[in-house]
Amino acid sequence: MSEPATNLAVALVGNPNTGKSTLFNALTGLRQRVGNYPGVTVARKSGTCDLGDGRKVELVDLPGLYSLAAASPDEQVVTDALAGKIAGERVPDVIVLVADATNLLRNLFLASQLAELGRPAVLVLNQADVAREQGVRIDTGQLSARLGGIPVVLASAWKGEGVADVRRAIARAADERRLLPTVVWPANIAAALAELTRAVATDTGRAVSSAEAQRLLFDTSATLPERLGWAKELRDPAIRAAREQVRRSGYNPLAAEPLVHYDRLRKALEGVVTEGAGKAGRTAAVDRLLLHRVLGPILFLGIMLGMFASVFWLAKFPMAWIQAGVDALKGVVGPSLDATPMLQSLVTDGLLGGVGAFLVFLPQILILFLFVGLLEDSGYMARAAFIMDRLFSWCGLNGKSFVPMLSGFACAIPGLLSTRTIEDPKARLATAFVVPFMSCSARFPVYALMCAAFIGPLYGPGWESAVMVGMHCVGLLVAVPTAFVLTRLVLKVKPQPFVLELPRYQLPKPRDVLWRMWQNAAEFISKAGTVIFAITLVVWALSYFPRDPGVADRVRAADPAASAAVLAARTQAAYVEQSWMGRFGKAVQPVFDPCGFDWKITVGVLASFPAREVIVSTLGVTYSVGEGAEADSGRLQQAMRDAKWSAGPRAGTPIFSLAAVLALMVFFALCSQCGPTVATLAQETGGWRWAVGSFLYMTALAWIVAALVYQLVSRLAPPA
Amino acid sequence: MTPLSQLLPGQFGKLASLNPERAVDQRLMALGLLPGMSLKLVRKAPLGDPLAIEFGGQVVSLRLAEAESLIVDVAADCPIQRPRPT
Repeated sequence: MSEPATNLAVALVGNPNTGKSTLFNALTGLRQRVGNYPGVTVARKSGTCDLGDGRKVELVDLPGLYSLAAASPDEQVVTDALAGKIAGERVPDVIVLVADATNLLRNLFLASQLAELGRPAVLVLNQADVAREQGVRIDTGQLSARLGGIPVVLASAWKGEGVADVRRAIARAADERRLLPTVVWPANIAAALAELTRAVATDTGRAVSSAEAQRLLFDTSATLPERLGWAKELRDPAIRAAREQVRRSGYNPLAAEPLVHYDRLRKALEGVVTEGAGKAGRTAAVDRLLLHRVLGPILFLGIMLGMFASVFWLAKFPMAWIQAGVDALKGVVGPSLDATPMLQSLVTDGLLGGVGAFLVFLPQILILFLFVGLLEDSGYMARAAFIMDRLFSWCGLNGKSFVPMLSGFACAIPGLLSTRTIEDPKARLATAFVVPFMSCSARFPVYALMCAAFIGPLYGPGWESAVMVGMHCVGLLVAVPTAFVLTRLVLKVKPQPFVLELPRYQLPKPRDVLWRMWQNAAEFISKAGTVIFAITLVVWALSYFPRDPGVADRVRAADPAASAAVLAARTQAAYVEQSWMGRFGKAVQPVFDPCGFDWKITVGVLASFPAREVIVSTLGVTYSVGEGAEADSGRLQQAMRDAKWSAGPRAGTPIFSLAAVLALMVFFALCSQCGPTVATLAQETGGWRWAVGSFLYMTALAWIVAALVYQLVSRLAPPA
Repeated sequence: MTPLSQLLPGQFGKLASLNPERAVDQRLMALGLLPGMSLKLVRKAPLGDPLAIEFGGQVVSLRLAEAESLIVDVAADCPIQRPRPT
């Protein structure tokens, strides 16, 4: 080190559930998602870590994985990052291996594979406090000696113990550059590896590392041959011959790697680790209750219902406060702009109205992510997947689809991102395809408005709740057959291996849970600040302009006897009707007529395609602009209840009949009305094909089902 | 020699053989489930599938259909539960 190195790159690697992300937080001070559900770390997380000696390094938290045999996109990211195969990504100068001190043998399998990369390494024995509690004793000096003298550190990132030691160990590893000893392969396997390396060089002119040669020899699902550009007709006989050579040494070529590594590791750990007596006793006891045949599903349902009850009922209080705050702000700002009606309308209806109607749902998101964080960090999420797998497997998904789908009930974006933990690319695609059907929190405003305005007053709170729950199930009911058809007929998914670790139960770390909750909320707010805000403004402008000054006179002339208030309301309605949005909505309305949507609803539906939550503020604009300085939901509800068809066969009957209310809710439950979701789907499926397919499928389905609901209900329960 | 899927909850055994060609078995081998390893069928999920097995100090879930290729020597020193009469 000739100069104070501030540009060392360090990578954090380890099995899932080792507390790797918590250690990352402790080392960098940056917070990020920390979970206990296997494979929760999917995004690239990096931060600056102070080594304590004046040096700073760039620390990257790589996704958790058990083996370098890359089956999932997550695992591929790790192998690529460590080999320096990701553009713009540096080959790490030091690899920090995070291992669970209570299960060292399995954790060291990955270390043993990583040795082939020939990078300086540090071994962190994390969760040392739990190991100590279980009576597991590890001789770190001996272990270091047997692992080529690399630094070996005991730590407990959860408790903040040993973090300074980890910093010092990284510094030492960067200076001393000691390597993990590579495995000594039996002669036939070594010869097979050499032969493969030679074959690649001859056929493609490229040199493969020893780590790559092993992937070629041992893996059946590796993407490496394609990426090397090694032609199938050349590589197949070469790999077959190499495997045949391995077989001659008595090893099954596909089992040789774990057999040789584990054999060597068992020897290396002899006399180093003293196993404790009471292993995982508490977790087993909790599992006896939480995974009980009868009690397990009951508790599972209880936990899920508790979560949703909290989201829907507990959130009502802060929601009311936010609503009151926004209304108060409108009351303060509105009158000061009386002199300039255009600016007044822009500020109160466009800006405050739009943002307020949207911010009000923030409490639900915070509460939901609080629960999701607690479930993940406690270790229950994996149990939920265990309990639910049977329900998902028959339709081609698996228990791991549960987390993305549950997340989808808050927002499809995190749900889509969490599909990366599903190994099988096809099942991943199917899960991603159905996640947008989950009733996200942005659909909630529509249900809430319709239920509060119509279902509740007409049929009572019991039916209001039932319709609420029913609407949240509509998407799920459509998603399951969609997944079935998709996986059986379109994607032809092979039943994918569902091997899931049920990790030790752990007390969630409040800081981690709260941080993740805030991160999700911040994402939601920033979405509000950009897409939603812009759309609200555009919708306001489209429904405000053009503003023909003659409209007021014409309304007055039509009915001179009407009171001033009625005249004002009619004037506003006339203004909206002849605005750009009103004209467009009227032109497109016949398309939505079979669903029972009038032109005002049509305007709302059209404006909601980029972001469905816009519907409430749009209806606020189309129904209550000019009915006062505020468009609070009570006024909006009344305006909607008063709305009647003005012409056609339904003239004089309420627009918002039971049939239309249900059709509208079903339409919003199924329609693809979220720009960010479509964009994320394109990103996660590697192209616009599936995103466009999803958009067309969801929208067509929404229209068909809404039309069916309207036609059916309006015949069964004709409007009075 | 019994397929793992036929073990009863609570039963112990030693892994006799598996099928390295299968992706599931490859995953399990990476986790340390190799021939000769002791394991226990901890429980079945409430709907009967998947299974939770314990080996090497960890509990792992896998599906019944996927456990088919795992052949187990039921431990002689472990009280073998008789299958319930059907």
